[in-house]
Amino acid sequence: MYVCIRIYNIFFLYAVTRMSFIEYQDIIQDGDTAIVYLGHDSMFPVTIQHGSQTQTKYGVMRHSTDLIGKKYGSKVTCSKGGWVYILYPTPELWTMNLPHRTQILYSTDISLITMMLELKPGSVVCESGTGSGSLSHAIIRTVAPTGHLYTVEFHQQRAEKAMEEFRQHKVDHLVTVKNQDVCKSGFGMSHIADAVFLDIPSPWEAIGHAKSALKVEGGRICSFSPCIEQVQRTCRALEGHGFTEINTLEILLRVHDVRTIRLQIPDLGKPLEDQASPASDANDAPKPMTYSQDACSIFKSGVPPRETVGHTGYLTFATKSLF
Amino acid sequence: MEETVPADGQMIGEGDFVVLKREDVFKAVQVQRRKKVIFEKQWIFLDNAIGKHFGTVFEIVGGGNLQMKKNEIATTELKEAGADNRNIIDDGKSQKLTRDDIEALKEKGIKGQEIVQQLIENSSTFRDKTEFAQEKYIKKKKKKYDAHITILKPSTRILSVMYSAREPAKICQLRYDTLGQMLNLGNIRAGSKVIVMETCAGLVLGAVMERMGGFGSVIQMYPGGGPVRAATDCFGFPRSFYKSLHEFPLSKLESLITGSYETWTVPSSTDQTPDAKKEENNGSASEKPDPSGDVEDDSRSGAELEAATDTCELENEESEVACCGTGNHDREEKSERKHVQAMEKKKKQDERRIRESETAVLLQDRNADGLIVASRFHPTPVVLSLLEFVSPSRPFVVYCQYREPLLECYTKLRERGGVVNLKLSETWLRDYQVLPDRSHPKLVMSGGGGYILYGITVTRDDGKPNTSKQEKSDEPAAKKIKVEQPGS
Repeated sequence: MYVCIRIYNIFFLYAVTRMSFIEYQDIIQDGDTAIVYLGHDSMFPVTIQHGSQTQTKYGVMRHSTDLIGKKYGSKVTCSKGGWVYILYPTPELWTMNLPHRTQILYSTDISLITMMLELKPGSVVCESGTGSGSLSHAIIRTVAPTGHLYTVEFHQQRAEKAMEEFRQHKVDHLVTVKNQDVCKSGFGMSHIADAVFLDIPSPWEAIGHAKSALKVEGGRICSFSPCIEQVQRTCRALEGHGFTEINTLEILLRVHDVRTIRLQIPDLGKPLEDQASPASDANDAPKPMTYSQDACSIFKSGVPPRETVGHTGYLTFATKSLF
Repeated sequence: MEETVPADGQMIGEGDFVVLKREDVFKAVQVQRRKKVIFEKQWIFLDNAIGKHFGTVFEIVGGGNLQMKKNEIATTELKEAGADNRNIIDDGKSQKLTRDDIEALKEKGIKGQEIVQQLIENSSTFRDKTEFAQEKYIKKKKKKYDAHITILKPSTRILSVMYSAREPAKICQLRYDTLGQMLNLGNIRAGSKVIVMETCAGLVLGAVMERMGGFGSVIQMYPGGGPVRAATDCFGFPRSFYKSLHEFPLSKLESLITGSYETWTVPSSTDQTPDAKKEENNGSASEKPDPSGDVEDDSRSGAELEAATDTCELENEESEVACCGTGNHDREEKSERKHVQAMEKKKKQDERRIRESETAVLLQDRNADGLIVASRFHPTPVVLSLLEFVSPSRPFVVYCQYREPLLECYTKLRERGGVVNLKLSETWLRDYQVLPDRSHPKLVMSGGGGYILYGITVTRDDGKPNTSKQEKSDEPAAKKIKVEQPGS
């Protein structure tokens, strides 16, 4: 069953002037989805509506007067005098701010998937499940304006919600959402796709359907699984269906917080000048302290956060060839 | 299988840029008739590949010719295997075939598969090996004697994996997953206007162009005499993609920022009016029948072009000196030719200056949708200057092989203001062997694929330095120190 109704005429009426995930606009307008940036790692999405208000920790923002008509990237002062920035939505910002209906894929994995599936404008992609639409938005951005995404989600409410978001983000003409079980009914398409992506609990059951969704002359496939046992079964199925170049990868993001570090110079009982000398090596080092125990070396460092994501999932890629 | 005829562009054509693949080794070449190509220590001719589908597997037969590989059913006869290696002794005599025997087999033109079979039959320990060890042995021998070559259509995936493995130094050690991060974080897509500054042989530029699919525009900032696009050529883009590709010399950036840059127009004093000139250009462009030839011409570095014309002229002058004594008629002819060459050179220079002026206009709009930097230069001055040309609320990504310059760049960007959500990161990539009961990470992983600094532009406060609030909320250092100190 198609949840999607393609409303081309509406797209043409508004897409030229309104926010869309596949082209930039300069001015904030009624109906846009925007990202409110409050500070380090603190953002939330907002739907711009005439007469509407949004509360932030810096006070209230009135859409009609504070947002509509302003440029994206502007600083907006809230009622308590604090200010925020309003950012144009990109798939990457959306991924960080979208309402979770499921566990989602993050930009690090998405970037590798996009590249290894060889996605570009004009690519036709099949995806399952749609989930919260994190990857879907990135795929649509990359295959636009001539490609298409067919995404299959067996959970009806999620399928409908995803379609609603695609309409809101003015990309619904580039995506078709189907509400069915990919393992049982496949993608409902044969020989149209350049690439297939699977993020389902039992991908090995969908490999056959994926193969028939891919073009006759071939294409690329990727399956995302958190557990190695899933990967093993998937690789077997891929081999069984004649896929080649089977390759399993794992990508991990390492974030470095930029900090100014001060390391104290120990008092070794030496004369002051000698002890202070390491400090003078540093670029913007202050004058040596009067007391030796306060002498320190100052430098910039990229410090890893105390806790970081250690595992998201294994990405298994393969190629379907003509022969 | 054959329900539909594969779409156009799926067949290997003469002049096409392709990638040869053997096991995990790639090599990018251009298909030309009767041209020897060396790949993995073997000479081959690609003539037989013309007209075949991309993705076709070939084996090398006599004289370096390629032959389409037929689908053979793997022979899995003997299922005799040992349980462990307690009785296998390495006496160096398990293989009954000598090196000379194997060479003789190869010279006779025996198929690789048969050589592998003979090696198995003449191995006294093969039957005692475990099933896994047998599989490993066959795989190893097949790799050596029964190699296949696949011809692939170039893509960012293939070319960046190829460069990462073969010539990492030429692309500043930019590993392919890092390039993938840059493309997505930079929101590279059709319709954008993107500024690219790279010294990665044109690989990053090619990756950006592939993602834009010929929609929008790319402005390449280049150091020195001209942009390097050796890797860009390997993508084999259609000529239309190059129409939206512009270039501008980094050395003239400052004059563009300060407003002292002089837009160049064709002086009206020359014997040709700009219009006539334009017409002529169009004519000569459409005359060229081979698109790839034009692409190559188009994308050749300016420095190279300049050098080529220079040497041409030098030779001409020398020969003129040499035949000074000959008749007056000859001399006239010579000077005529020299005049034509000088005209050609001037025309090319004029074209380049017109293109440069057009690019300057594009930049001066200061409304680019993104910035990608990946170079061997210190990133800070490059980023600080180029960000002037980017619209607010647009992403930018800076690559550097080393972390320290990006730490400085981060600090300088903070001082400058006009950016939010600054992040410094790297990615680790792990490759897995997945086989029944033998799954594990590969033994070797890449030591480093570089670092990226990325963020989003915002409007800058006029003259005012960034207020302290932003600094505080973005810099968690002070708080963390307080928390950690009581424990220490």
